[in-house]
Amino acid sequence: MIAVCRLDELPPGEAVRLLADVPVAVFNVDGELYAIDDTCSHQDASLAEGYLEGCFVECPLHAASFDLRTGRPTCLPAKKPVRTHRVSVADGVIYLHRPAEQGVA
Amino acid sequence: MRSVAVIGAALAGLSAARALRDQGFQGRLTIIGAESHRPYDRPPLSKNFLLGTIGPADLALAEESELAELDAEWLLGQTVSHLSPGLGALELADGRRLRCDGAVIATGATPRSLPGAEFLAGVHVLRTLDDAVALRADLVQGSPRVVVVGAGFIGAEVAASCAALGLHVTIVEAAPLPLAPVLGQEMAAHCLGLHADHGVRLLCGVGVGGLLGQGRVTGVELADGRRLPADVVVVGIGVRPSTGWLHGSGLPLDNGVSCDAGGVTRLPNVIAVGDVANLAGRRVEHWTNAAEQPTVAVANLLAGRTLHTGRSAPYFWSDQYGVRIQFAGHTRPGDEVRIAEGEPDSRSFLAVYEREGRTVAALALNRAKPFTRIRRALAAV
Ligand SMILES: Cc1cc2nc3c(=O)[nH]c(=O)nc-3n(C[C@H](O)[C@H](O)[C@H](O)COP(=O)(O)OP(=O)(O)OC[C@H]3O[C@@H](n4cnc5c(N)ncnc54)[C@H](O)[C@@H]3O)c2cc1C
Ligand code: FES
Repeated sequence: MIAVCRLDELPPGEAVRLLADVPVAVFNVDGELYAIDDTCSHQDASLAEGYLEGCFVECPLHAASFDLRTGRPTCLPAKKPVRTHRVSVADGVIYLHRPAEQGVA
Repeated sequence: MRSVAVIGAALAGLSAARALRDQGFQGRLTIIGAESHRPYDRPPLSKNFLLGTIGPADLALAEESELAELDAEWLLGQTVSHLSPGLGALELADGRRLRCDGAVIATGATPRSLPGAEFLAGVHVLRTLDDAVALRADLVQGSPRVVVVGAGFIGAEVAASCAALGLHVTIVEAAPLPLAPVLGQEMAAHCLGLHADHGVRLLCGVGVGGLLGQGRVTGVELADGRRLPADVVVVGIGVRPSTGWLHGSGLPLDNGVSCDAGGVTRLPNVIAVGDVANLAGRRVEHWTNAAEQPTVAVANLLAGRTLHTGRSAPYFWSDQYGVRIQFAGHTRPGDEVRIAEGEPDSRSFLAVYEREGRTVAALALNRAKPFTRIRRALAAV
């Protein structure tokens, strides 16, 4: 597990990017936390910089939208999903579970 | 409508084909494209593709399975030479005729070049995958000296990619301050500053007198008589809408195919989309427009008249020297420009353009997040 940041450092509607094996973006959607691969599956943009609307993040470059719950794109130009990752909170700190601990998605 | 022909098999043509099926068109769909490739994405051609970090397969705009779902007949490597909308017919360059009830004009634009360029090896334009393959082959042979003609976005991106390949690059630009018509003087200067930051020489305010060499280019002669030696010349001086084939079709042409704000031409069964379309006096040459505008135009085609005109603020991006430039909206001389975040000299900032207290445009260098927020607010205006 990797410590991401303190929970109070990631208010609702915000995202944070951190470098795990690959860059990962962690989002706070009205108190629910989601983590996905940060790099858009279309080209080269950081989804942590995207526009958050409900459970969906819109890529800042070409506006593909991804469902944070599944990692699946809901519209073009992205065609491939991004990986989702497990996050949890302990003692007010957000932790990212390493992909290896995720099992087969 | 029982049959629709889409002429032009690139971003706008594919987006139109998708929109037709998404909006319930079940008739015969024919997509005709002059290039032999399936629809692919152009923006990476001047960026990662020139650098060699991605290949042709990475450019595909749709998976095979999605193309199959479109259930279209593809005529690739075929050029349409004539359209008679009144008769509902197309003629291909090889003489074949094709009947259709509706037509989508998506033929994009063709780069302008310099006189004599066609007789000299080593002189390139960059629009198609084939152009990019040929240019890259020339750039990775030894370490050629490169002259880029034109400091617009394509020229700037090519120069940045050449610099990243370790090549010696000079840009020649006729305008005293390129980009200023779009970005305003101050912001244009910041974007042009990127070249000097990376050791690329930019000569502004001087035109090209001619190309030097026989058989293969050896240099560029400037209008003031100076000569720049060059092994490779890339010409990026803008494009012309590809409308030559429409002469005699009866459709009004004026800097593109003239349409109303909904993309509909004088005839309700013919629409124009993407770079080739001039919508109510405005022609846009950006990716997002070619991706989104067909949805509206296709709805009007299927309705048989203009029902929708939804138009969002124009948006484009450019990647140069590791800096992502994003711009949305319209500026006019006299607009106030304010730095809202960051520092221009650090090449990371957000600038907003204001007119009578209203935000009309935004420019960002490496500031995607706040930029997107403003872009969305602009689109809602
Ligand atoms: C190198 C490069 C980099 C770019 N980078 C960016 C960027 O960073 N950001 C951005 O916003 N935009 C960028 N653009 C612009 C963007 O790619 C275009 O706006 C977009 O491609 C327009 O799509 P289109 O389908 O309208 O036209 P096109 O892409 O020009 O496609 C038209 C197609 O129609 C075919 N055709 C033409 N005439 C006929 C005929 N008579 N019969 C049959 N077929 C025909 C052509 O062969 C072509 O394949 C870039 C463009 C280029 C070339
Ligand atoms: S990089 Fe995200 S949609 Fe293109």
